[in-house]
Amino acid sequence: MAYLDHAATTPMLAEALDAYVVAAGGIGNPSSLHAAGRGARRLVEESRERIAAVVGARPSEVVFTSGGTESDNLATKGIFWARRDADPRRTRVVASSVEHHAVLDSVDWLSGHEGATVSWLPVDALGRVHPAALADLLDEHGDEIAVISVQWANNEVGTVQPVHELAEVAARAGIPFHTDAVQAVGQIPVDFAAGGAAALTLTGHKLGGPVGVGALLLGRDVPCTPLLHGGGQERDVRSGTLDTAGVVAFAVAVESAIKNQQEYAVRIGALRDELVERVRAAVPDVVLNGHPEHRLPGNAHFSFPGCEGDALLLLLDAKGIACSTGSACSAGVAQPSHVLLAMGADDDRARSSLRFTLGHTSTRADVDALLAALPGAVERARRATAMKTPR
Amino acid sequence: MSGGVDSAVAAARAVAAGHDVTGVHLALARNPQTYRTGARGCCTLEDSRDARRAADVIGIPFYVWDMAEQFQDDVVDDFVAEYAAGRTPNPCLRCNEKIKFSAVLDRAVALGFDAVVTGHHARLGADGLLRRSVDQAKDQSYVLAVLTRAQLDRAVFPLGDSTKARVRAEAAERGLAVAEKPDSHDICFIADGDTRGFLADRLGETPGDVVDGRTGAVVGRHSGAYAYTVGQRKGLDLRVPAPDGRPRYVLSITPKTNTVTVGSREDLEVDTVTADRVIWHGECTPVECDVQMRAHGEVVPAVVTVDGDTLVARLRRPARGVAAGQAIVAYRTDQDGDIVLGSATIASGTVSEPGAVAGDRAGAAGNA
Repeated sequence: MAYLDHAATTPMLAEALDAYVVAAGGIGNPSSLHAAGRGARRLVEESRERIAAVVGARPSEVVFTSGGTESDNLATKGIFWARRDADPRRTRVVASSVEHHAVLDSVDWLSGHEGATVSWLPVDALGRVHPAALADLLDEHGDEIAVISVQWANNEVGTVQPVHELAEVAARAGIPFHTDAVQAVGQIPVDFAAGGAAALTLTGHKLGGPVGVGALLLGRDVPCTPLLHGGGQERDVRSGTLDTAGVVAFAVAVESAIKNQQEYAVRIGALRDELVERVRAAVPDVVLNGHPEHRLPGNAHFSFPGCEGDALLLLLDAKGIACSTGSACSAGVAQPSHVLLAMGADDDRARSSLRFTLGHTSTRADVDALLAALPGAVERARRATAMKTPR
Repeated sequence: MSGGVDSAVAAARAVAAGHDVTGVHLALARNPQTYRTGARGCCTLEDSRDARRAADVIGIPFYVWDMAEQFQDDVVDDFVAEYAAGRTPNPCLRCNEKIKFSAVLDRAVALGFDAVVTGHHARLGADGLLRRSVDQAKDQSYVLAVLTRAQLDRAVFPLGDSTKARVRAEAAERGLAVAEKPDSHDICFIADGDTRGFLADRLGETPGDVVDGRTGAVVGRHSGAYAYTVGQRKGLDLRVPAPDGRPRYVLSITPKTNTVTVGSREDLEVDTVTADRVIWHGECTPVECDVQMRAHGEVVPAVVTVDGDTLVARLRRPARGVAAGQAIVAYRTDQDGDIVLGSATIASGTVSEPGAVAGDRAGAAGNA
């Protein structure tokens, strides 16, 4: 099998898996006062410190969660609630139009249930948000804005956002800026303090850690109302017994991924460039979506004119190639990607798209396998599209 | 794979027979965020999950194909239009003809597949003949008889040799969680089962007269002729009782005058059925055979003649409730399962002996 869907989830690193198994054999609730509890707490706190050290945060700014979706929900809703409580005029949320659904749907929910007004930041044809657009918005509505959320890098087309500039614009206006960095950590340099964000989402299973554990980096002075109430863990922002083994493995994976990031980006970036060149040679009319330079090293995202992404995925899957059409839907019915539509693509281009993402286990053999299957699959998918034209 | 037990077992049997099988669930509703209630509906999120779960157990790839647009155009809109024209459509038959063995089959073939396998209860063996299932009560050859030779050549029905009880038992043996799932009935796109309400929402209220077929007297009012089906007795709500005090039935629906004609049970009888849109598999006619004129309806001996796109069946004994728009399917009795000779869409039912009863009985289309 050629696994080309690392942006969906990537295999655990051997060192993270080892650390998980060792920690999972232990006992103790990190909130307990006895020796077993203290042992667990030590593991959790050491993990917190390890993460803080490599992401440019203070340990107290690392809030463990169940992963990216929860962190995004906590940042957008929690900061919105806290800031609106402090000043009822602040009912506006700003987010980019290419956010992951964890942000997109949280913001929509705030609009539908909490009376929030939403300003969606547009992107250009390459998927980038322009800091000037945010600055204009802040000039106009600065007093009303509760929270701003712009992802560090896009999960579909791989475009990296000018996060430093955006965060700086937000900081000048004194408005908390959240960034979903789920796809970015371990792929490109990410530093919380230097980036200037008030809150940052990261998750384990996109960088070689386990599924079900992640973190929200939350600046010490950023107000945030909890989603989950209970035992008061994690600064009282996120109650719930901590998953000691998960946190330990997560920390090992974060540390490893960030320490190896440069070498990884060079190796995987070169392999990705090779993939793109070979796909272009095999399918000359293919369109590469996303930014040519400001791009995640493992991401290749194409539109195949005349094909349905769905049909291509089925045909490639049958040949042992695992890839993705973009964001999955619960009913399994493909919707045209909101990211591509926001980038100005028409419905056909959006529906004809396919994402290949490389990761730490990727090799040239994966690319060879893709190129062996792709031309036949494209030809077949084109015929299938022709069958769908009105009878 | 609808999410039901039949298609799950059909898929498992296709795999067991050595085929390279991919599971496909059809998303047919424009809004998939609907949950099934009871045994109704066949295209909900929950059904999609059941189908996926079965595919995972069988160990085959599974995809959802969005056919909502084609289904709306070819099945739902057709259903409404047929009722509006005074006919009684069979949407399951239309779905087989236009969706499962047309849109889905075409796409599958283009993608490199050889055939569409479904969980229909009907036999289609090496001789290429479509036959009734061994389970007479579950037989679905009637709704498959609309398929052409070319469509049948790309169809596989692995369940025809098994009773429904056997299929359920096999599902349980194979560890398929849908083994005990209730059968779906009714029309999948009318979630609450209220066909009259569904049609009223789309066609509006169009009040008109209910008239007596023999006297022409107005005996009641209706709020939309489309709500009636030939042979229907219930729900007529007639204020004037019949002179003989016996129940009255819908004899015909005439959209042109927006009239529903009623009469006695005897007046419902026809002995000649004329049909068009003929699918015929080559048997020389006239032919002595059996005909069936609605799903799970009675079987009547007849002489069938096919001439171009017209099929005429002279019934050996009169039939009642013959509705325009339904299919007439001709069968030849066979010990290995009655063989489908062909089918056509009923245009009218008439009585050949003059003077017995008045005029055209099922002839909404003919009248209009």
